[in-house]
Amino acid sequence: MAGGPSLMDSLFQRSLEDLIKGLRIHNLAAGTAAGTPESSTFLSKSIDEVRREIKSTDQQTKTTALQKLTYLHSLYAIDMSWAAFHAIELSSSTIFNSKRTGYLAASISFNSSTDVILLLTHQLRKDLNSGNPHEVSLALQTLSSICTPDLARDLTPELFTLLNSNKGFIKKKAIATVLRVFELYPDSVRVCFKRLVENLENADVGIVSAIVGVFCELANKEPRSYLPLAPEFYRILVDSRNNWVLIKVLKIFAKLVPLEPRLGKRVVEPICEHLRRTGAKSLAFECIRTIVCSLTQHELAVKLAAEKIREFLTEDDPNLKYLGLQALAAIAPKSLNAVVENKEVVIKSLSDEDVNIKFEALRLVMAMVSEDNVAEICRVLINYALKSDPEFCNEILGSILSTCSRNYYETIVDFDWYVSLLGEMARVPHCQKGEEIENQLVDIGMRVRDVRPEVVHVGRDLLIDPALLGNPFIHRILSAAAWVSGEYVEFCKNPFELMEALLQPRTNLLPPSVRAVYIQSAFKVLTFAAYFYFYPEEALAASISGVGESVHNGWCEQSSDSVSGQTVTFSEPDEGFNPRMLHQPQKDASGNDGKKMISDLEQVSSCSVKMGHFTKDCLVGMVNLVESTLRPMAGSHEVEIQDRVKNVLGLIELIRQEIHGCLVPKEEENDRGELKACEIVRVMHDAFSEELGPVSLSAQGRVPLPDGLELKENLSDLEAICGDFRIPVLSSFSLEKPRSLEKDVVTVSDQQNEEECEPSSESTSLLTEHRKRHGIYYLPSEKKEKVPNDYPPANDLSMQDKVNDEVDYLVKLTEKSLVPKKKPIAKPRPVVVKLDDGDRIHINETLPELKEDLISDAVQEVLLGNQAVASSSRTDKSDKSSNRRSRKETFRPLESNADSTTVEIAELGNKNSRRIKHRTHGKERSHRSSKKATGESDRSDRPNSSHPHGKHKSRQRADGMENVAAESPVIPDFLL
Amino acid sequence: MLISFSLLFEDVGASITSSSICQIHFVLLISRQGKVRLTKWYSPYPQKERTKVIRELSGLILPRGPKLCNFVEWRGFKVVYRRYASLYFCMCINQDDNELEILEIIHHYVEILDRYFGSVCELDLIFNFHKAYYILDELLIAGELQESSKKTVARHIAAQDSLVETAKEQASSLSNIIAEATK
Repeated sequence: MAGGPSLMDSLFQRSLEDLIKGLRIHNLAAGTAAGTPESSTFLSKSIDEVRREIKSTDQQTKTTALQKLTYLHSLYAIDMSWAAFHAIELSSSTIFNSKRTGYLAASISFNSSTDVILLLTHQLRKDLNSGNPHEVSLALQTLSSICTPDLARDLTPELFTLLNSNKGFIKKKAIATVLRVFELYPDSVRVCFKRLVENLENADVGIVSAIVGVFCELANKEPRSYLPLAPEFYRILVDSRNNWVLIKVLKIFAKLVPLEPRLGKRVVEPICEHLRRTGAKSLAFECIRTIVCSLTQHELAVKLAAEKIREFLTEDDPNLKYLGLQALAAIAPKSLNAVVENKEVVIKSLSDEDVNIKFEALRLVMAMVSEDNVAEICRVLINYALKSDPEFCNEILGSILSTCSRNYYETIVDFDWYVSLLGEMARVPHCQKGEEIENQLVDIGMRVRDVRPEVVHVGRDLLIDPALLGNPFIHRILSAAAWVSGEYVEFCKNPFELMEALLQPRTNLLPPSVRAVYIQSAFKVLTFAAYFYFYPEEALAASISGVGESVHNGWCEQSSDSVSGQTVTFSEPDEGFNPRMLHQPQKDASGNDGKKMISDLEQVSSCSVKMGHFTKDCLVGMVNLVESTLRPMAGSHEVEIQDRVKNVLGLIELIRQEIHGCLVPKEEENDRGELKACEIVRVMHDAFSEELGPVSLSAQGRVPLPDGLELKENLSDLEAICGDFRIPVLSSFSLEKPRSLEKDVVTVSDQQNEEECEPSSESTSLLTEHRKRHGIYYLPSEKKEKVPNDYPPANDLSMQDKVNDEVDYLVKLTEKSLVPKKKPIAKPRPVVVKLDDGDRIHINETLPELKEDLISDAVQEVLLGNQAVASSSRTDKSDKSSNRRSRKETFRPLESNADSTTVEIAELGNKNSRRIKHRTHGKERSHRSSKKATGESDRSDRPNSSHPHGKHKSRQRADGMENVAAESPVIPDFLL
Repeated sequence: MLISFSLLFEDVGASITSSSICQIHFVLLISRQGKVRLTKWYSPYPQKERTKVIRELSGLILPRGPKLCNFVEWRGFKVVYRRYASLYFCMCINQDDNELEILEIIHHYVEILDRYFGSVCELDLIFNFHKAYYILDELLIAGELQESSKKTVARHIAAQDSLVETAKEQASSLSNIIAEATK
């Protein structure tokens, strides 16, 4: 009775075809989506069936069940790890179909975490030794896809035997499988490698192809170890006519040639020959790639490659065009001529319909950038960015940014231009590179002292444009602009204007972190202004003569300006309204004494006539403006904002006292230095004018660890803080009110918040409503009312884009820029601050680490008779082999300590001895070939032979010289 | 001081998926509707990752027009694809590998399938997915091209099929015997 359900299952089992049909019908009926309920119920029903059927004792039923499950797993990603044991069971079946199904399931579903995989070892070994080549082939295929270190270790002996199989297709599969085994169990290299090398001379092209494929992948990882095989590869390169093989050999040489320049001389001719001869594009391309990557010293070859690239570029096939562009990009650093010859194609490709080709062309254009043409190329590209789709536009911006900033802006001479370009980029409609532009603005500001006035100018243009505040992508840029304006406020032509820009109402669209930067910058500006007021002589003396003058003039002009603007506003509010003037809040805040304001302002205008003096009223005006704007924010829930606002308000409090206090004494004593507020202002100004420089990466490491500092703590919360890292924490200057007072302020300002600052949520509807109610706080956004020419509004293409769309025009434009030309440089390149120690770290990190590579160690050991790995103890040939044997003994336990039986150990030992025979045989052969090769190389001129050459003779002759050879990693030059 | 902070917390860069030493990292067959017809992974990708990879690549490759080039760059690799009728054959390789060679391998595979099924169509591959795997296994091992001769592959597959046939006859007769015995 127990067989009952199983029999029923086998008789009425749904076949694979039924399952597939069922799935298709359900999918079609339920629509296209695979996740529809109907199809998923069918799917789960089928899986239940499989679960039942797979337990059947009937092989046929079980096979079908597993096949169905494999189908579901591979195409519907159904978990089948539970069926791993069934797959192993079937793989031991005597029925070929079941075995095949079992192995297929295993190779598709097993991974390194499959625990029953070890149970497969025995079956694999049995099948690897099988007399039926197809079973061997199945086992090899499976091993190659699911190999684990354990499997690799246990099955290495079988694989070694198969490497000598007389069946070609088994041998090939064994060779390919060896690659995976090497990777997982590097010790197997010692066993199998020699046999692999022997097969290089096999007459069968297929086998050579497989071997070369293996070497190609191995050399890809660590080429140095395979230099000794260069003669074999050279022979294949010259003799073979099989394109598959040639491509692989070329790949190997592309890796080897950079390690041994003399090799280049030998291979360049055959490679050019192939390039001239072949009609196959894949081979031609590989030749080109090898030349442009590894053989760039050989001018004739490069020229030939350039010719062929040109052919590729003129083809209609987009594939060839793409690859041609890639090759051109590789050749660009060596031979700019090749690029210039093809510039038309390149520029046209910028507008290709294929995104890949566009990107490749962009990369190529960027590769052409040099000191002389960077400005023109960037101009062309920015115009291009304005017209292209958002993705490509950002790609263009990104590549401009990364190219120009490469290696500390080495291509940039005119930083004023570059900074203004950054400002321009911020206004490109699709710009999403805010973070990068932000970093560069700040970075340049800090590194390049000479460009600071321009940085401040660009920053001011950005800050002052209210339209930009609405675009969340450039908030980061605005943050940078605010920071530089605050940090380098001494270069600012008009601090009033700057202050207004920093405090404009639309700043509530900014995220809190950026807003905090704004407020901090306002703090700096205010400090600067106060300092200017309290210590006019010092301030003047301190500032650089020219700048100081202009600043001063600017200030006074501004104050008179502001007054006139103000009066106009009072008389006829709509006509002459100047959006730059934001004095309304101030008026509003101190509305109770509006009359006094007017008289104040009149005073300002009168006193500002006296040049060279910053008046009290200017300062009062600024203080009022700041206070009225920031007061409501003192209760902000964002700690950064709240903190900074408190700082500013504290300072204002002090300045107020000072102003009112010194109003009287000013006339009588003229001694303000004693007053405390002045001192504080001075201290703060000194603190702010302390220059912030770039800090090296390793600086942190040099700070000794203070006691009681917990470095192991979870720092996940830091993320939030990191956003505002730029804001210096001024805890020592903070003028916090007592706790109780603060509470009061919070409650008061909360009420204010409700009235004034409710639309801090950025929804536009709320904003417009707010705008309606508090219109006077806003800058007019209508275009006609905008300040003229010098602030181009954001997102306005018409102003920037006077260039027409024609590609041809761009081609014409670049015609000039691509030809390297010397134009007179008007001014010397400013100093760019670099840190010697820390900045270099970046480069160091990218250098490849010389890490232990087990495979190549083993390979070197086999190929070079252990010199590179072991020390120079070896003296004689016989001595060497005994040494080798003893090594073998040391690692034999490693192999046998798994579950291998004594028989296998004996077998392995047997093989080892055989292997040694092979090895010595191989050695002799390689000696022969080396002699031949050295004979050849003697003909080619080689001035003074280096030690590896001598090494061979020494190895044949006697001891003594071995030491010399063993000291450095040995690269025998068979070829040279 | 402030800047050092930014550098300290700079992204180390997206980690690269560990991959085995092999030329071809995986083979995908995707239909024009985005349905997967065959997957073969030569580098270790966990199951979750596989689904993600397939989704990403379908989104990348399927919308591409017919006149565009056959390569897409993806996660630092290159995916070479070619469309035959309604089916996209995709193979993923390293950046510096030979794209044209891979195109030839794809074509090679298709020709062998064509020869085996007799003008192959998508349905053939749907209903004989295991055979598509067997043929692929004859062609590629461990992500390396194994057999460049179409004839040889066809011969091996035919030999294996005949093995299966004889086994099947035996099996069916066996189950007949059992069926009769339990009657």
